[in-house]
Amino acid sequence: MPGIAFDTAHLLSGGLLLVSFMMIYQDRMFSLLRIFALHAVVLSLSVAWQAYIQGAPHLYVTAAIALIFKAIIIPSALRRIVVQLGIHREVETVVGIGVTMLAGIGLSALSIVLMLDVTQGADPYAREDLAFALSVVLLGLLMMVTRRNAVSQIVGFMSLENGMILAAAGAKGMPLVVEISVAFSVMVAFIVIGVFLFRIRERFDSVDVSVMDQHRGDQR
Amino acid sequence: MILQLFVQGIQMLLVVALAPLLVGIVRRVKARLTRHRGAPLIQPYRDILRLMRKEVVLAENASWLFRVTPYMVFAGTWVAAALVPTFSTGLQFSWTADLIAIVALLGSARFFLALAGMDVGTSFGGIGSSREMMIATLAEPAMLLTVFSLALVAGSTQLSHVSAYLASPEVGLRVTLGMGLIALVIVALAENARIPVDNPSTHLELTMVHEAMVLEYSGRHLAMIELASALKLLLYVSLIGCIFFPWGIAQPGDGLARHGLALLLYVAKLAVAGTLLALFETSIAKMRVFRVPNFIGTALMLALLGALLLFVTRSV
Repeated sequence: MPGIAFDTAHLLSGGLLLVSFMMIYQDRMFSLLRIFALHAVVLSLSVAWQAYIQGAPHLYVTAAIALIFKAIIIPSALRRIVVQLGIHREVETVVGIGVTMLAGIGLSALSIVLMLDVTQGADPYAREDLAFALSVVLLGLLMMVTRRNAVSQIVGFMSLENGMILAAAGAKGMPLVVEISVAFSVMVAFIVIGVFLFRIRERFDSVDVSVMDQHRGDQR
Repeated sequence: MILQLFVQGIQMLLVVALAPLLVGIVRRVKARLTRHRGAPLIQPYRDILRLMRKEVVLAENASWLFRVTPYMVFAGTWVAAALVPTFSTGLQFSWTADLIAIVALLGSARFFLALAGMDVGTSFGGIGSSREMMIATLAEPAMLLTVFSLALVAGSTQLSHVSAYLASPEVGLRVTLGMGLIALVIVALAENARIPVDNPSTHLELTMVHEAMVLEYSGRHLAMIELASALKLLLYVSLIGCIFFPWGIAQPGDGLARHGLALLLYVAKLAVAGTLLALFETSIAKMRVFRVPNFIGTALMLALLGALLLFVTRSV
């Protein structure tokens, strides 16, 4: 049985999964953004721990990128957007929180069973990192599906991306170039989404995406 | 053998003797935090003594169930509290101290209380019973699931085993235990009618749950019920203490001096727990009744997630 190093890695990536569930549970916009920042902090801790175990200094860069961009810049930018656009401070969900949580538990059980089966014989760190990463990704997708508000959908997207970074950190030998380019593409995606938010707001007076359905020609 | 019997006897007396003190500590710290003077620590003892001396007022249509229930509730809770290792795991009846048995004892106590709430037929008793049952149907599965994930870690549902295993260094760093702790704290808050779920010090009609159920009781019956609810709080605190903070609990082979030290440590743990509870209660607002399912659902989810994570560690 691996010792304290494995336990710490397990603790941190399990904590990331837990914070994902906290995001699904949240029903206030500002606390959602705070928890998203916490998600990024836990992610960067987890990646830094992987860097320490694997002796891979470039992973520290990934951790720093995660910390600076996702824990500080993106949440504060989203907060400014929410304030400027005067978006509802409450998160509107499509189905109830309880149902969403149950679906989330089901998804994470599924991904853990699947990943542990698929990666038999691999390095234990990579195995459990991959299992948790897939659940974090699926939970991010679940969040994007079950939220009506565009801002919380963005948060879901960003947490999905956090899950992918976790998977990348667990797999040994991921080159730095790939990670930096991923980080920057997410940054670009964020900017594009931000611009779109303003556009959506201008055209439809709301960031509730269900309002857009009425403007589609093929409906009703 | 003699020592075990002795320790068991001490424990039975100790839980009853300390339970009102814990309530006193919580009330006192809460009062101090809101800048009141607060009643002295022994006020709950005085309240219970006063209620004992007062006469019982019974409704005309109260059945035998209404009169029997306070003693049933008290007995069930007392037995359960006497089984939880407080300062020593070497209890005479520690082989019966199964977590599932304790949940069952508390469940039957609550069953009788809910029946008695509806017995007289007033609307408050009925609404109190129905709400209490709603909370219980959510809290009990969460509790059992937490018990199961703990049992998976420790390899037993017997409390003295669990406590001894978790005190040993082979446990390591387990995220499951953290989740179990939070889940158990949420369940304890819900079961003891503490603030985010119910307010123990209110008689405001719309918000009360537990108090509404026992509204018809008076005199020595009420004293029994108050003592039972204080015991229940002590039970949950000791349960959390012996599972998650098992340091300093005397083991079966230890001598008398060690037991004395463990006893002092246990009282210190109670004081810390009471202070933390008061701190938590003053810093949070009571929830709407319809938000309670979400709150307790979190405990259920945490316990489930804990079991899942344990599964990952085991199979990696």
